[in-house]
Amino acid sequence: MHIPDGFIDAPTSIVGGIVAVGLIAVSIKKAGDTLDDRQLPLAGLVAAFIFAMQMINFPVAGGTSGHLLGGCLAAVLVGPWVGSLAMTVVFIVQALVFADGGLTALGLNIILMGYTTCFVGYGLFVLLRKILPRNKSGVSVAAALAAWCGVVAASLVFTFYYAVGGTGGASVGTVAVAMIGVHMLIGIGEAVITGLTVGAVLATRPDLVHGARDLRPVLVTDGQAGR
Amino acid sequence: MTRRSRTAFVLAGLTAALLLAFVVSQFASSEPDGLDRVAIDQGFAGTASGHGTAGSPLADYGVSGVENSWLSTGLAGVIGVLLCFALAAGLIFAIRWTRRRPANSAPEPQR
Repeated sequence: MHIPDGFIDAPTSIVGGIVAVGLIAVSIKKAGDTLDDRQLPLAGLVAAFIFAMQMINFPVAGGTSGHLLGGCLAAVLVGPWVGSLAMTVVFIVQALVFADGGLTALGLNIILMGYTTCFVGYGLFVLLRKILPRNKSGVSVAAALAAWCGVVAASLVFTFYYAVGGTGGASVGTVAVAMIGVHMLIGIGEAVITGLTVGAVLATRPDLVHGARDLRPVLVTDGQAGR
Repeated sequence: MTRRSRTAFVLAGLTAALLLAFVVSQFASSEPDGLDRVAIDQGFAGTASGHGTAGSPLADYGVSGVENSWLSTGLAGVIGVLLCFALAAGLIFAIRWTRRRPANSAPEPQR
């Protein structure tokens, strides 16, 4: 879903860049407030894993492919603030080093694929956890469903960009229908990868999953006992 | 739950990411992704302009000068994984360090 230079006009891209810088500043502040020592190296691991997974396009219907976006996965593993920073690092590396995603569109891409999937995904994950069983399977299923919603939300955000500053003269309505339709399919891949990855980490080191902190045995919670 | 087992977990995870980037990425679909497909179908794909870093030695997930496309993609993936790991871990450590600097012993002055 990386937006190249040119799809969205310059004023919209500049506003996107300014908004992205603001969001990153908030993430840095909030990440600093909430940092959990055990999660320090995990931020690097999350960025590395998401970069690798984003190289792996899987086929969806009709000569189209998709890849993991990963914001919901990142947020469930390390929390939304650290997760959004890990996502931002991935998009900066992709744009500057691998020529993937336009330079002028970098801010737009960070908001679209990073913050949208991270925060829509994490918000829904938290809600779903209240409904689903309070166990490891419940965490994985909540992460998978929220990840699907995050991808569809990102397709809506792109449609919004296109409505505000799109070039090429396509009708916003048809762009919306096409974007949402194809990303409902790509989202299935996102959901499967997110659910399996969260499940795998929960099976090996459940204590490292931010979104499953409430499942930690009380005796090993660190400073969270008052929750 | 020791520091050592956490290090082992991070190393295992990093190994998995490197394998994904070096091996599994070879089997990635080269069809246009969802956004590219929509841009083609809706007729705005042509508005994309050339990329500012298209001259990067790693542009488009290949290492320039490496003839074997398998190796070129794999090496680009490995470099990207290590770069992302280092930058994200470095950023988080830097945030941690700036927060710790006022010292554990003395309370942070009110701003």
